[in-house]
Amino acid sequence: MKKVMEGSMAVAEAVKLSRPAVIAAYPITPQTHIVEDLADMVANGECNAQYVNVESEHSAASAVLGSQAAGARSFTATSSQGLLLMAEVLFNIAGMRLPLVLVNVNRAVSAPINIWNDHQDSFALRDCGFIQLFAETNQEAADLVFQAYRIAEDYRVMLPVMVNIDGFIISHSFSPVDIPEQAKVDEYLPAYKPLMKLDTANPISWGTMGGPDVYSEIRYSLSQAILNSKPVIAQAADEFNKIFGRGGSGIVEGYHLEDAETVIVAMGSILGTIKEAVKERRKAGEKIGILKIRTYRPFPEQEIREALKNAKTVIVISKEISLGYTSALFTEIKAALYSLAQRPRMAGFIAGLGGRDITLSTIYEALDVSKKEEPELYFLDTSKELEMLEVN
Amino acid sequence: MSNQFFAPGHTACSGCAQSLAARLVLEAAGPEIIVANATGCLEVFTTRAPQSSWGVPWIHSLFENVSAVASGIEAALRADGRSEKVKVLAFGGDGGTADIGMGSLSGLMERGQDVLYVCYDNEAYMNTGIQRSGLTPPGGNTTTSPAGKKSIGKLEGKKDMPAIMAAHKASYVATANASYPQDLKRKIKKALSLPGAKYIQILVPCPLGWRYEGKDTILAGKLAVETGLFPLFEMENGVVTKVMKLKEKKSVDDYLKLQRRFAHLYKSEAGKEELAKIQTIADQNIEKFGLLEKEEAKA
Repeated sequence: MKKVMEGSMAVAEAVKLSRPAVIAAYPITPQTHIVEDLADMVANGECNAQYVNVESEHSAASAVLGSQAAGARSFTATSSQGLLLMAEVLFNIAGMRLPLVLVNVNRAVSAPINIWNDHQDSFALRDCGFIQLFAETNQEAADLVFQAYRIAEDYRVMLPVMVNIDGFIISHSFSPVDIPEQAKVDEYLPAYKPLMKLDTANPISWGTMGGPDVYSEIRYSLSQAILNSKPVIAQAADEFNKIFGRGGSGIVEGYHLEDAETVIVAMGSILGTIKEAVKERRKAGEKIGILKIRTYRPFPEQEIREALKNAKTVIVISKEISLGYTSALFTEIKAALYSLAQRPRMAGFIAGLGGRDITLSTIYEALDVSKKEEPELYFLDTSKELEMLEVN
Repeated sequence: MSNQFFAPGHTACSGCAQSLAARLVLEAAGPEIIVANATGCLEVFTTRAPQSSWGVPWIHSLFENVSAVASGIEAALRADGRSEKVKVLAFGGDGGTADIGMGSLSGLMERGQDVLYVCYDNEAYMNTGIQRSGLTPPGGNTTTSPAGKKSIGKLEGKKDMPAIMAAHKASYVATANASYPQDLKRKIKKALSLPGAKYIQILVPCPLGWRYEGKDTILAGKLAVETGLFPLFEMENGVVTKVMKLKEKKSVDDYLKLQRRFAHLYKSEAGKEELAKIQTIADQNIEKFGLLEKEEAKA
């Protein structure tokens, strides 16, 4: 049954239904509602998890590292500076092959301090070894939590998953969400059976030193494991569709790609606005399509190449920048298309940093600019400010 | 029995008191324990993959997070019903405990989770090459608090970790020393019999960092106690309940002269002033904890 609820509550409900044994978290805007809702559920006996109130995000990640190693399905959530403070631990969790699920409520990174949405935080952790999924809607934010546990705990994967939801735009907005029944979730997500755990009946040493003689092989196997998770991610989405009757495809999703000459590539909640803009422009006869990237790591290189092979112009709109170059997503899409016989025109746009509203006119600006130019680095909605600051 | 939980063949230096202390801790605590180990000498010399000295479940994550890792393990044991039978121990060195790991240790103590934290205190960052820590004693010559024409080594005091732990209302706080194995093992057993978060700081002399011959490790540990510089005591719920009495007070010189990390103090006027301060620290410890048997008889 659909209920109108806040994105954070939808995530908290999904976490509860996933039956985590341990939750550890530290508050940071805009993640707080998720961990507050979960704390309420634990306090009222609706959620049977051990809730560990830690003194920092570094310790939140470390506590769930410990609980996962001891064999407990675990959960944590954070944002922005919190994710950055966790960075060291997240590399560690992935290297130790612990199937944790972390919800990152995407927020800009300081300085200047800014609590609003963009994707800089999770992009900074791009290379840490987590599978990264991006939600477009409140419903998808909840649904990705179930799928994340399925993917992470699959013995073919055994990797942590970061579910990214846009701060405020998803976390604090209300929309109708279908929260499934416990029985259906249990059918989709069986009880966690760890592949190995800290157990006095079978003592193991975990997290030992790996010298030059073994380190490369271990990192190689980690890299392969992430690449090999792609069919499992796709399968998790397919089976989710079967049981719950919704969900789309796991890796990427195309809209109007059949006849599209221009394709906009993007991730997260911005896709809603892009869909509206494309609908309008198609009415005017422009052949525009959309490629939604839902799984960012492993990077869906082949899927992107396949989806964009007939495009004449590819527009990437991203909410992050690799300072000193351009959008990381743009450079990666470009690299993915390099081997095409007919390479499309490429236009890279950055929008919505630090919570600046992305409206239909933002998308139209990108579409209009890309007709004339192929910018590598174009900040949408900022020209007046940049002129004022004389930074060009 | 000792080989069962902490096997020989590791790569610790000869005369390393930390390896001795760890073996004693495991003899007292094993086998129904899970050990979380911070980055440091103990982690490095026991677990060069694919080898391991550990006969109990053991995990190493990072330098500053062992208290949080142990907290997560303890929560998982509560969740799956193992917490009555299996106890969690967190191991850290002095830097991992009093400096970089202080925040996460404070969090653990404040939450009062059922974890025994053991600080192996060798008074400097030995694993990275003898750098000064918050537990390096005053006057100590380290690679980052070197003695020189304008310095007498470490200028600051040794952070009072037991007092800080007691202020957290830890159910049990104790100091121990690898030179007193029976006392050490008794304290480990006592700590594990109590609920909540516990803290034991074990002085583990380091021949490499303190610059004495490996054969003198037990002697160095004993002199630290006999001079009053490292008093052995126990606290329950913030109150001192037991101390190890001294038959007589030894001069701090007996302890300091054994170690070349203090040799510079005997070569300058400033050094001599520092020596007097170190003697005062020992005297104050003896007074504060009532360490001398004869003084008690007088009173």
